[in-house]
Amino acid sequence: MRLASAAVLAIAAAFLASCATPQRDYRPDALAMMKRDFHGRGIAGMDRLNEDAVQAACNKYQDNPPQEVADKLQKEQLAAIKWPADGKLLGDWKSGERIAQDGRGMSWSDKGGVGGSCYNCHQIGPRESSFGTIGPSLYQFAKLRGYGADIQRYAYGKIYNAKAYNLCSQMPRMGHVDALTEQQIRDLVALLMDPASPVNQ
Amino acid sequence: MAEPMKIRATLQGDVADVRVLMAHPMETGLRKDSAGKLVPLHFIQSITAQLNGKTVFAADVSQAVSRNPVFAFKVKGAKAGDKLSVTWQDNKGDKRTDEVVIRAGS
Amino acid sequence: MKRALVLGSLAVAWAAAAQTPDPTAAEFDKFREIMEQDNPAELFEVKGEELWRARRGPKNASLEQCDLGLGPGVVKGAYAQMPRYFADADRVMDAEARIVQCMITLQGFKYADLAKQPFSNADRTPDPVSLITYVAAQSRGMKVAAPQNHPKERAAYETGKAIFFYRAGAYDFSCASCHSVDDKRIRTQPLPNFTKPNQAIGAVQGWPGYRMTGGVMHSVQWRINDCFRQQRFPEPGYASETVSALLAYLTVNANGHVYRGPGIKR
Repeated sequence: MRLASAAVLAIAAAFLASCATPQRDYRPDALAMMKRDFHGRGIAGMDRLNEDAVQAACNKYQDNPPQEVADKLQKEQLAAIKWPADGKLLGDWKSGERIAQDGRGMSWSDKGGVGGSCYNCHQIGPRESSFGTIGPSLYQFAKLRGYGADIQRYAYGKIYNAKAYNLCSQMPRMGHVDALTEQQIRDLVALLMDPASPVNQ
Repeated sequence: MAEPMKIRATLQGDVADVRVLMAHPMETGLRKDSAGKLVPLHFIQSITAQLNGKTVFAADVSQAVSRNPVFAFKVKGAKAGDKLSVTWQDNKGDKRTDEVVIRAGS
Repeated sequence: MKRALVLGSLAVAWAAAAQTPDPTAAEFDKFREIMEQDNPAELFEVKGEELWRARRGPKNASLEQCDLGLGPGVVKGAYAQMPRYFADADRVMDAEARIVQCMITLQGFKYADLAKQPFSNADRTPDPVSLITYVAAQSRGMKVAAPQNHPKERAAYETGKAIFFYRAGAYDFSCASCHSVDDKRIRTQPLPNFTKPNQAIGAVQGWPGYRMTGGVMHSVQWRINDCFRQQRFPEPGYASETVSALLAYLTVNANGHVYRGPGIKR
């Protein structure tokens, strides 16, 4: 008798719990559904639905990973950065402005990487008022931080692989996925770091 | 084939506030279609409006006007129950006339 | 040390500048309000009603017996109460998926044909787009009320939520990358925070919408598709369960807010 009523109570409790809160993690369902419903198109293949180590960690921890996890993965991402062989990190800021303005690339309607899409998220030069606010303002980037080699290296590395510095940053890893070439990143570094760039006036 | 217009005519005293929404591609002749071919010039060239059969509005229109345009104008001397008809004609000779009865304003 | 302090206070100043209410958002709202008075979407509403009533397809039937969730042929109020579970399809469907389903079962059209080029361009507006504009207009002024009664409706919400937060693709983006924070914009386009009820209405209101750029009519199926394109994902299936689940999450979050009918966009 007692067993039966306990069972009834347990079932009732489970029923109430399922009404109030999700009983389980729906991410496996979501992934299975996406894998079934999506199809590759152009350069955007189905492999893009697979999480790499960074995406998996950020998804698992909802962009708030434990320190040890972040440290380990950031170190790995940093180690994977391809630095220019000649050590020159500064290119042409005029090209950099064009690259920052260009929002095309890497989608199924593109043939490859094209631009940096930088103005989508950032304020950068003083003459462009159509800037996004998803990322911080980069106006007066070097004027505020200094023009030294260490800041140049940070700028290059951050553009190449933003996750090396902040694991779950919303900023794409433009060099890591070949969205930008070495020269394009140099040009963007110049946009931010060249004393003659309008960004630093 | 010419698609119907949506005409709204509301009275404020003896002035009818008329707004006409027209369905027309209004091609400038400069646009390329998805196959890369230039789409030929196709646009409304003239619009006229009649109040109880008498012309109260006439306009020559250029291809600079956008697709599915809205034309708004006021007609003095209108009253509830009057018939307002609007006609457009395009450069291909296509024509469309629609008519509404003017309603009392709010 | 001094530089760090200077940088710190400047950072605070920049942050403060970013927090002040964005005047461009107010201007966009004003613009939309004025343009909504004579919205070319109404032309597609009229076309959609014609298509709804016309006998079409291999079965030479109209859509007047289509059940949008409130009974066969009941169109008024149906859009505001979707996505919902449909027993005959055994899945949750958003409004456009349901219209496509009716076109298949009642009229004999094939999914492959409808999915081939499902989105408008300057040369052509697909029939489901006009149909959904008509259907959506019949919910004008009503409160959004996507149901969560059936277990599959609740599952669709949770699955949609998981999809919303799933970071992947070449740029590591999820929907949440842009749409889970307050007061952000991409270029000059404000980004509503869809996790919050009073902003989630932004995902419902305005769709279907007439886009002045190109003079085209677009539904929310197009918008979800284009979001995944810009997220550098592969392409979601047209009218698929993935899209219905995502729409379930977004719409339920907006429940209680009034739907003003088809909108107009830049």
